[in-house]
Amino acid sequence: MSVMEPAPAAVSQSGHDYFATLARWKIWEILFWAALAGCYFVPEMDRMLMSRVIIWGLFAMSLDILLGYRGIPSLGHAVFFGTGAYVAGFCGKYGWSEPISALFFAMAVAAALGWLTGKLVQRVAGVGLLMVTLGLNLILFDFVLRSTDLTGGDDGLQGIVIAPVLNMFRFDIYGRTAFWYALVVSFILFIATRILVNSPFGLALIGARENPRRMITLGAPVEGDVSRAFMIAAAIAGAAGALLTQTTQTVAPPTLSFQRSADVLVILIIGGAGRLYGGFIGAIVFILLQDYLSSISPVYWYFWIGLLLVVIVSFFRKGLLPSLDALLQRFIKRKPDAPS
Amino acid sequence: MAHEGTNVLSAHNLSAGYGAAQVLHGIDFNVSRGEMLVVIGRNGVGKTTLLETICGLTTLQGGEIKFNGVNIEKLPPYKRNRLGIGWAPQEREVFPSLTVEENLAIVHRGGKWPLEKLYELFPRLKARRTNYARQLSGGEQQMLAIARALASDPALLLLDEPVEGLAPLVVQEMVAAINLMRTESQMTIIMVEQKHEIALAHSDRCIVLDHGAIVHASKSSTLLADHELLDKLIGVAA
Repeated sequence: MSVMEPAPAAVSQSGHDYFATLARWKIWEILFWAALAGCYFVPEMDRMLMSRVIIWGLFAMSLDILLGYRGIPSLGHAVFFGTGAYVAGFCGKYGWSEPISALFFAMAVAAALGWLTGKLVQRVAGVGLLMVTLGLNLILFDFVLRSTDLTGGDDGLQGIVIAPVLNMFRFDIYGRTAFWYALVVSFILFIATRILVNSPFGLALIGARENPRRMITLGAPVEGDVSRAFMIAAAIAGAAGALLTQTTQTVAPPTLSFQRSADVLVILIIGGAGRLYGGFIGAIVFILLQDYLSSISPVYWYFWIGLLLVVIVSFFRKGLLPSLDALLQRFIKRKPDAPS
Repeated sequence: MAHEGTNVLSAHNLSAGYGAAQVLHGIDFNVSRGEMLVVIGRNGVGKTTLLETICGLTTLQGGEIKFNGVNIEKLPPYKRNRLGIGWAPQEREVFPSLTVEENLAIVHRGGKWPLEKLYELFPRLKARRTNYARQLSGGEQQMLAIARALASDPALLLLDEPVEGLAPLVVQEMVAAINLMRTESQMTIIMVEQKHEIALAHSDRCIVLDHGAIVHASKSSTLLADHELLDKLIGVAA
């Protein structure tokens, strides 16, 4: 069968059937999440480190909604992560120790900030967009750093108390609860995001990324999509920030530093934007390498991360996941009688 | 082609352009339900600008546009589309990284044009539905652009040079599809086309633009038969 011949799939009767087909889970996706959950049972596994990987993966996935799907570059995504982290921290510090409701509250605050940011930048594009998001990041970082009475300044928030999850699972130093809590919350948010990007709204985001003018004449108000995309991405980033605070019971200014915005961008570029899983793959590579390299070279580990980024961008221009996917597709096409 | 006589679109004293530059000067015309109006003229006379003005993509400098009796000149482009104005642009502007099916699903509103009917209209798209739009030939991209415009279930379809640059066989396919579209769904169409002999042969009425103004309006068959006038208006003998 030629590549250009139709795939032997059932003929779609409507757009609805098409989206139902998209929503079907693939075997490798199930394997991916099973492998992530299986990490818990690996002897000697650092579960706190793995929960950090999952949280960073969730954070990078939230940026993917903006960058990968809507084509909005942001140098200030840590604003939403940090907002979620500090809101969860304030909740824990001032008596709202129940983690799940505090997580929702942190998401709501981050989402509101995301919506406002979207309104602010919806008519800005390109370098201007980078500058506005960077500017917002610097403003919030400086505010948190200077507001010592409120945020604890450089030392961060002290005295955060997080109650056991569902009143049953206490956060411990081995990271057992942290691992499952981070994994379950991330998985639920991943499913929600997956449904979203496989819906007409998700396709409209891609359409607006590729040709906003065309999308407008096809009946999509693309400027409104910007604020909605920012709101959703911010809510998920806020959840990631809240997860980090709740699992570590600390929060400090680096949580919303420009460095964090840059790191999450690097993670997404390494993994591959516009795939949802790219953020998680990037987080696995970045955080594990960071952990390994900082243990052998505590001062110069960022040198190696930089080198990795140069190599990946030079040889895997779209990131690891899309490049591996392309290799796999090429391999499948080479096999005789392979379906297109 | 039978028409009910109701105006789907009417433009009155329409002046428009890009920013301060005026391209269209006092345009008046209307299109009835089920009618096909072609806009012809030399290059750069404002044919595409006219379609873009109907879509809301230019700067309106005066006049009014009514769609099904409703003034739309102040509405943003997405609202005009939702009211029922579909546009297949000259540059096709398909989404290259989406498959054929995704390009259709992105705007699909069902109505008179379920996906299966779109595939009946353009069987080539059905055969290529899992291919990315960037993998399609020019003719297939043009078919996809028209099918995508239909997917939003328009009452008025604007076609900007749908057969430009296509091979003769593909042109035949395209013309057949446009005719089918009209006979099956009574689609109202405004078509801009450089290939005036094809445009005039398959339409009801025509307007000829020159320097952003209408210099001739008649039945298409009348102009097609008058070689001398056609030569005078667009500089090419039929």
